[in-house]
Amino acid sequence: MAELALHPAAAPVTPARSALRRLVGLALVHAILLAGAVFMLAPFVWMLVTSIKPPAEIFSAEISLWPKQFYGLQNYRVALDKAPLLRFALNGVILCGGILVVQLLVAIPCAYALAKLRFPGRNVLFVLVLLGLCIPVQVPAMPLYIALAQLGLLNTYFSMMAPFFLSVFAIFLFRQFFRSFPDDIIHAARLDGVSEFEIVWRIVTPSAWPAIAAFSVFSAVAHWNDLYWPLIVISDAKLAPPPLGMMFFADAETGSNYGALTAAAAILTAPLVIAFLIARRRFIDGVTMTGVK
Amino acid sequence: MATVALSSIAKSFGSTRVLGGVDLDIADGEFLTLVGPSGCGKSTLIRIIAGLEHQDAGGVAIGGAPVDHLRPHERRVAMVFQSYALYPHMTVRANIGLPLTMSRLRLWQRLPLLRLLSAQRRRVMRYIDADVAAVAGQLQLDHLLDRKPAQLSGGQRQRVALGRAMVRSPEVFLMDEPLSNLDAKLRVHMRTELAELHKRLGATFIYVTHDQVEAMTMSDRVAMMDAGSILQLGAPSELYERPASLKVAQFIGSPAINLLPATVGSSGRIELFGRPLALSAPLAQGQAVTLGVRCEALSLLHGDSAGPGRAWFSARLRRKENLGSEYILHFDLAGRDAAGVTMRASPAVAAGVNEAAEVTLGFDEAACHVFDADGARVEPRSPGGATGSVVPLRAWP
Repeated sequence: MAELALHPAAAPVTPARSALRRLVGLALVHAILLAGAVFMLAPFVWMLVTSIKPPAEIFSAEISLWPKQFYGLQNYRVALDKAPLLRFALNGVILCGGILVVQLLVAIPCAYALAKLRFPGRNVLFVLVLLGLCIPVQVPAMPLYIALAQLGLLNTYFSMMAPFFLSVFAIFLFRQFFRSFPDDIIHAARLDGVSEFEIVWRIVTPSAWPAIAAFSVFSAVAHWNDLYWPLIVISDAKLAPPPLGMMFFADAETGSNYGALTAAAAILTAPLVIAFLIARRRFIDGVTMTGVK
Repeated sequence: MATVALSSIAKSFGSTRVLGGVDLDIADGEFLTLVGPSGCGKSTLIRIIAGLEHQDAGGVAIGGAPVDHLRPHERRVAMVFQSYALYPHMTVRANIGLPLTMSRLRLWQRLPLLRLLSAQRRRVMRYIDADVAAVAGQLQLDHLLDRKPAQLSGGQRQRVALGRAMVRSPEVFLMDEPLSNLDAKLRVHMRTELAELHKRLGATFIYVTHDQVEAMTMSDRVAMMDAGSILQLGAPSELYERPASLKVAQFIGSPAINLLPATVGSSGRIELFGRPLALSAPLAQGQAVTLGVRCEALSLLHGDSAGPGRAWFSARLRRKENLGSEYILHFDLAGRDAAGVTMRASPAVAAGVNEAAEVTLGFDEAACHVFDADGARVEPRSPGGATGSVVPLRAWP
């Protein structure tokens, strides 16, 4: 009674009322999230829808999510016949794989040294890494191009990969991750006779899988979709990665055949989407940094 | 087996002096405990012995030979960490076997893929597995060998960490608060197991803890550390019965020792709450001293039992703590400028004391410790002329 007198305005909270309030809250949150999801997915869905529409329907004024006439087979056949899509995809895999492997081989030992070893100049080096994060890829493009041209390496896989071998972002990400790795385990490893090199690869790296998966997604997405650098160093369509290949494809015979173009785009996007879906859990773990326990 | 000798070890982190010239000789096969409050430098000291940290000055010798230039694994020491420090992605078998894998296989035999080419590797691995199994058997880990650390309980992880240390048959075991993460019951059990392990292996154990009970129960000798230096080194009973300073007296013993403020009166007689005692100290008149009285040395006085050689004061009961077999009684000192005192009492004695009732507490003057204003121990002269009498350890007053 005393409590009621103190809060006369507060209505008694019944189970039904609190359940209703929760339901309304949940509905609201989901409505907002759903709106965001629709906004982000719409272009992607539009691409998929366009890829199964006949040319006549693509430019019709009405908006429909399903074509009146299913034209998917024809569009995809044209895309696969006219452009070496699988070749582009293979180039993409070689490019992304090559870059990622070297990035990991370089960045993991660097990050370990910055996170766990004590040596003079460590902080200066780390500041340099942070500064490196601030330099956009366009800045060193010119000298890199000239250097590759002088070495006669233009129009090779290597020329596409080389500028990205050293990823300051990877060093930064892994350094933050390794810092949370318990010092005691590293000490125990040293007492057990494990060399520093093996500590990095046998003890610390296995625990960094979430960070590695997260970084792999970032790296693969960035380089799979990169048009800028391949456009500069590659002129041979046989070496073109997906976006550059799409460009060659759009330029040539297909021209304004948007059905075939979107079909090609759908085919070239698929590997990334599938890879992300597989690594999704690890990716989220890595980004939220709840790795070592 | 090996002795460990530390000579004037000093270490600073930046401008913070962590160790200020520590000398310590540890005998072959001894169980020595470094005890002290957190931040006293005990963990840094053990890491210096292991070679994980480098001292700024001084030297470490194991088995008579200096090891300062040796890397951790070359020092023939093994360490058990508070956090166990197991390799999270390896099975128990791989965790225990790793030190042997590192020492018995060449680098290329440990590399992925390449190692499949080595026939010798398979033979060596069989020996390693046998050694791991032998250690696991001693620690009752046989059925857990294929589990990962995350699937083990705290006590099991602790035993795996012990196994990883034992499998190398080191001459010196270093233990850095190995029981601190265990629950109370398991800790008591592991205390016994560790003491038995020490007896069985006969190796030198250096054990770091902030828990004075662990120090008292397991060690041959205890080194009490504070602020980067050793305050007292001796057998557990020595630290308890003859603490060299106020800090040692306060740290060792549970419940903590009772401290009573006193002064030096005329002709060196110590006065407690204005009443002269039979004790006298070789100090100037008017100097403040602190009397340390263990809680089991206090007893209830009933009128006539006060007599020569027994100090007394009045107090009021604040709280009784029932420990089952005994009681801890907390008293306030009525109207005096001093913290309360605690007393150990049998249930029968405790039943006779009522809350808030004023009682008279007394103690045998020979059983108290006298510390001067700087906290150093002062040997009092008792009226009989005998100095430094040994404190009688009585269970019940």
